[in-house]
Formats: sequence, C-alpha cells, structure tokens
Amino acid sequence: MVRWLFLIAALSVAPPAIAQLRAFAVVGDAIPQSLTGQAGDAARGRAVVTDRQKGLCLLCHTGPFPEQRFQGNLAPDLRGAGSRWDEGQLRLRLVDSSKVNPSTIMPAYYRLDRLTRVGGAWQGKPVLSAEEVEDVVAFLLTLKDTP
Amino acid sequence: MMPSVAFTSMLSCAVAVSTVIAAAQTRDPRRSGFEDMSRESQAMQRDDTANPGMFAVLEGEELWRAKVGSRKTSCADCHQNAEVSMRGAAARYPSFSTAWNGPVDLQGQINLCRETRQNAPPFPLEGPELLALSAYVGKQSRGMSIAPPDDARLEPFRRQGEALYNMRQGQLNFSCANCHEDHAGQRLAGSLIPQGHPTGYPLYRLEWQGIGSLQRRLRGCLIGVRAEPYAYGAEEYIALELFLMSRARGMAVETPAIRP
Repeated sequence: MVRWLFLIAALSVAPPAIAQLRAFAVVGDAIPQSLTGQAGDAARGRAVVTDRQKGLCLLCHTGPFPEQRFQGNLAPDLRGAGSRWDEGQLRLRLVDSSKVNPSTIMPAYYRLDRLTRVGGAWQGKPVLSAEEVEDVVAFLLTLKDTP
Repeated sequence: MMPSVAFTSMLSCAVAVSTVIAAAQTRDPRRSGFEDMSRESQAMQRDDTANPGMFAVLEGEELWRAKVGSRKTSCADCHQNAEVSMRGAAARYPSFSTAWNGPVDLQGQINLCRETRQNAPPFPLEGPELLALSAYVGKQSRGMSIAPPDDARLEPFRRQGEALYNMRQGQLNFSCANCHEDHAGQRLAGSLIPQGHPTGYPLYRLEWQGIGSLQRRLRGCLIGVRAEPYAYGAEEYIALELFLMSRARGMAVETPAIRP
C-alpha cells in the first residue's frame, strides 16, 4: 500500500503569506487530522456552503438545500458526500482537490501557492480559513443520503 | 390496416430520427448566447424600437457627424456614409494597425483616428462616447460573418490570447476554457454558461442596465474568479479578443446585442 507523507512546513523558504496556513499531513488521499485540532461545527459549515460569497459551493454543486434557488450543475451533487468519503478524504478534497485529481476545476480552498494573478483583495488568503474548512467537513459528513 | 399504419408511422419516425441525427452531425456546434436567451430578450434584440442598445447607436450616429478637434473634422468628413464605408469593418477587428505597430480593437482604432486624424483627445475607455461610436460602427456589420483578417502580424497576438484563454488564474483558479469550453451549456448557479463568442459587442447587458464592451465583460469574469483584472485597453484584452474572434469566425455579428 502506497502511503506518503506530505508536510507543508517549509516556513523558512515560504513567503510570509504561506506562513498563515497551518501545517497538515496528507496520508493517501486524505488529511486525517483536523487542521485546527478541533472538530468543526456542522451548522456553521452549512452556512458556509450556502454562502455564495464565501463557500461558493452552490455555484457549481447542487445539494439538499430546498431554500436555495439557482444551484449549479457543473459538479457532483453534494447529497451523499458523507457516504462517499470519510472525514479525512473530505478534508483533502476541500483543502486541495488537485491532489486527488490534477485537472479538477474545484478551487483549492486552503492553498496559497501555485496560483496566478490573484486579485489584490484576495492575495495571501486561502478561500476558507482552517476553522471554516473544518466546519464544512463536519457538515458534509452529515450528508449521508445519496440522490 | 392497423399494422400497416403502425409500420408507416414507425418508418417515418425512423426517417425523421435519422434526418435529425444527420443534421446534428453536420451542424456547427457553436452557439451564440442569443440562442439561449429568453424569448423576451430575443425579441428585444430583434426589434430596434425595443433594443436599448439602439440609444447608443443613435448617439454614435451623431458623434459620427460631429466636427471635433483642432481641425474641426468629423468621422464623416473622411469616411462619408458609415452605412457604406463601415459595412463589415467591425467584423474584421481587432486588426493590425501600422500606425500603432500592433493589434488594435475597434475602440482603439476610433481613438487612433481621433488622435492622428482629428487632432482630438482620445475618448475615455468604456465611456459613453466610445461605446456609442463603436456601437454605431459595429451595427453596420450586423448580420455579416465575423471575418478576422488573414494577417501574419496578428498571429503571435492571437496565440497569446489563446494561451490566456487557457491559463488558470485568480484565487479560484479558473481559466476561461474551464467554463466556456468544458462546461458551456451547464449552469453556474442559475446562469447558463455560454460558449463565449463575442458576436454582439458593444452590447446591452440587462445585469449592467447599460451598454458595455467585451473588455468590461472579460473584466467581470476575471473579478468572478478573483483574479486581478487587466486595465481597460490592456494588450491582454486585445489578444483575448483576437483569439475569441478567430474562434467565432463565420458567426454573425449581432451588434448591438442584448444579453442577460
């Protein structure tokens, strides 16, 4: 079984912005440990997912959000995400989906490098904070019913 | 009796299906955003008395005749009747300007004319006058096929545009192609993703409640993916337009189009 350890801890060579990200370890296709060391809050995670300025998820994904009009259909239905993936797998797919699928269009929600021409207001900031990533992971884990 | 009726209808059905398939195989897969608009928006575009883009065209017609600059010359003084002289012009832009020694879009050409022929200051980019004049000139090509010039000097810029089109950028890390090539026809939230053919600029966008250029539209996408938008008039926009116009070669000019 192929397992590898990937640590983002090169703080001495990284630009200052990178230092804002917390270190995490990728094991297989997952990040098993919470980015914050704490479990996320599913209710807050739901709010992030449905927020079109923050999580942006529903621009591309559809999901079990009856109150939300205009959900996208570019990406898989979020229903059943918590059955398809475990916690660590969901975390890696949020942090940096390109680690699983190099050609994915899903933005890396917790990555600052390998980006081009990032707009001034967004420079040096991940799309979501470590806390928000954990909240979304906690919420997605509750989506057990497949469409 | 019944079996023969059933057989005949099956046969005609099969013929109809194969005709549809044959048509689908030969049909140009490119679609103007016009085809995916609501009937109301399509009707608005088709009817000059309802199309709000026509206000800009009418304003542009006045500007065409206005004598400006230290030489007190109008566009019409050199180009006479725009309905004749400008017919097909917009379908060939961006083109290579020897004066500028580089590619210019229609708006850039209008401003070059102002500076070099009329001795007048250039219009501010994306300002109402430049949009109006380019809408008026653009309308003279309405219904004509987009026909990018076969000019080798444009080729490096067209290729630069193609590279930009495929370059992922911004915090959300999308290229133009990620949406407009790979997911055209699908929905980004409630909006249908168009193929991104610049057939009707400058156009009246309902979301803007106003008329705007292709550069304004490209800027909107760049801001959407959280990239740093290029400044108006930047060579990157011209390069992108060159690529997009080559991609839309043969499609009909719709200026002034309506879009949601």
